[in-house]
Amino acid sequence: METVGFLGIVGGILFRLWPVWACLAALVVLTLAFRPRLGLYGQLFGSGAGIAGVLICGFWVFTAIFADTIAPLDPRVQMSAMKNAFPGSIEPASRIVFLLGGDHLARDVFSRVVHGARVVLTIAPAATLIALMVGITLGLPAGYFGGRIDNVLSFLANLVLAFPVILLFYLLVTPGIMDTPIPYSMAGLFFLFPIAFFCVLFYTRFKSRPERLWPYLALTVVLGAWIYVGLVFDADPLGIISIAPNELNIFVAVVFASSPGVFRIVRGLVMDIKTRDYVAAAQTRGETPWYIMLWEMLPNARGPLIVDACLRVGYTTILLGTLGFFGLGMGPESPDWGTAIKDGSRVAQLRLYLWTGVTPAVALMSLVLGLNLLADALREESLKD
Amino acid sequence: MLSFILRRLGVMVLTMLCLSFVVFFFVNLEPNLRKLAIFQTEMRASSQDLENWLQRNGYRDNFLARYGRWIGVLPKQPVVDPATGAFTPRFRFCDEPAEARFSGVLQGDFGCSTAYRAPVSQRLPEALAATGILMFWVMIVMVPASLLVGVLAGMREGSRLDRSLSFGSIASTATPEYVSGVVFTAIFASWLGWLNGSAATAMTQGVSFYNFTLPVMTMAIYGIGYIARMTRASMAEVMTAQYIRTARLKGLSFGTVVVRHALRNALIAPFTVIMLQFPWLLTGVVVTESIFNYKGFGYLLVQAASNNDIDLVLACGLVAVVLVLATQLISDIGYALLNPRIRVS
Repeated sequence: METVGFLGIVGGILFRLWPVWACLAALVVLTLAFRPRLGLYGQLFGSGAGIAGVLICGFWVFTAIFADTIAPLDPRVQMSAMKNAFPGSIEPASRIVFLLGGDHLARDVFSRVVHGARVVLTIAPAATLIALMVGITLGLPAGYFGGRIDNVLSFLANLVLAFPVILLFYLLVTPGIMDTPIPYSMAGLFFLFPIAFFCVLFYTRFKSRPERLWPYLALTVVLGAWIYVGLVFDADPLGIISIAPNELNIFVAVVFASSPGVFRIVRGLVMDIKTRDYVAAAQTRGETPWYIMLWEMLPNARGPLIVDACLRVGYTTILLGTLGFFGLGMGPESPDWGTAIKDGSRVAQLRLYLWTGVTPAVALMSLVLGLNLLADALREESLKD
Repeated sequence: MLSFILRRLGVMVLTMLCLSFVVFFFVNLEPNLRKLAIFQTEMRASSQDLENWLQRNGYRDNFLARYGRWIGVLPKQPVVDPATGAFTPRFRFCDEPAEARFSGVLQGDFGCSTAYRAPVSQRLPEALAATGILMFWVMIVMVPASLLVGVLAGMREGSRLDRSLSFGSIASTATPEYVSGVVFTAIFASWLGWLNGSAATAMTQGVSFYNFTLPVMTMAIYGIGYIARMTRASMAEVMTAQYIRTARLKGLSFGTVVVRHALRNALIAPFTVIMLQFPWLLTGVVVTESIFNYKGFGYLLVQAASNNDIDLVLACGLVAVVLVLATQLISDIGYALLNPRIRVS
């Protein structure tokens, strides 16, 4: 079979990724131009780790956004001549170059890795966001009030944390469980937290100014209900938001596994901040507890929370990979990296056609590395103040 | 101290009860029971046959009663054929009591593995022993390596050595077991051919450098970065302390200060982290044993969970939870003993 050679592969990959390079260049130029006005994000460009982190994360985000343009083929399409084809092979009929070779089902590895970025980068940040909402909403009162509410919530959090993650996934993400109402009721519960969070957030701030309060509340409820109906019941009236049952199942399992961690961090931060003078001042002013938690304490806890969120997206990426690796939840055709690593890591496959397993493995590692570098740089920057 | 340990033990028992109940609930969901029934009867069994099988073998009894029997606070009823009245054990491969008696986890009866067609108490110890060997070697590699990296990086914060070691630690925390396993196998087994890409022979022919290096390396890499970063942070903090300055000013060499004065205080925090690594290593064990085909606890858990082997999943879950809770307790006690400033109340 014809191949394009090593330089051809490198050149081909660099060329196919042109939208990513264009966007990264624009990002760097814009950031450097407006750096003094960008706050924490601008300061990231002061350290090597920060630049590397932003660039790696940016690379994968843009790859995920432009996946359809970048990938020459659909990730599911099979071209029988290309089974386990060597990197750089040219498909005889269509003259399409398989830049990173073909996998055991004769699909283009390059296209699959690019589309895999989209799967990972939709689920991981979204799940982290929901987990943050759940953790913050429960962690604030636990740390602020203490006492019985703290005991109960901490016990529940420790319960989930004592559960070995892998067993949790085997129990929560099996095909059979989608016949039961468990994933849907858990999703119903978790997606309530963001709505409740924003309602309380706006209510405590604007309760004496109804003309500001009602628009905010109405917006939250309408937007929240729209997304809620779309995700939990898969019945979005506009047909924009929809999620496959197995993806919802994965989503719920990941949120369930990572929100206790957020809870513990928020609780610890709140217990620390509670002793500050500005909290005592707010209490003396007669502010309500929830106002103090959401508008006095939470903004002051944002530094460690942002760092944790960064690390958590990386950890969630690893969790999604683990799920794919064990064939849990994701369909067998799914282009996500964990499934690809599983397919590529069978003994015979890895011995002869190592690019099928190594490519997604390197992709996953580089994304997590970028996120960790970003978190590290953010931590350094926030410690400087 | 004693009352602290007793209270923690009480919470532990409560946690174990709750978690085993949750696991029991999940493995006994209707789809899972049907899967088990299909697995145990012939393929062509009608849905009425499946229902009869579940009914006869007591899977349709009250949920709480069955949980009580599993724990051992309620007597297990023998399965009796409704037509003849004779005792017919559920599974031929396990000898079950012919008369009602207390026989649950509390009595040491973990039930019957349907996937392995053997009693759980026969399978579990050998798998745990195999994993114990793996864990031992992982700890032997991981703990000294990570402490060394952390101390070297933390003793001169901001130096070039610190920067390169820190980058290495970050990179290693970004490498989960399934990634490093695949990459290492590709390099050392497929390409160079130095090491064996499968640890299956370690079970039969004993552990050797050839068959055990890759699994141990794979598991250690992910943990090294994390412990090293904790050690570095702790070391860097200690190095700024007043007594280190005093020691330097009275003319001690840098090496002596690090080894004699800083090290002991800097290692308190990593101790906790290392203990808390055990539960984290559990996921690693599952992944690593699956990649390298090593039939230990992780492999058993995967087999149990994917075959819906109810009793085996329950037993594995219980072992895992006990391990997690025990290490938490030990790390708390150890932290208090190591650091005289901490007083548990």
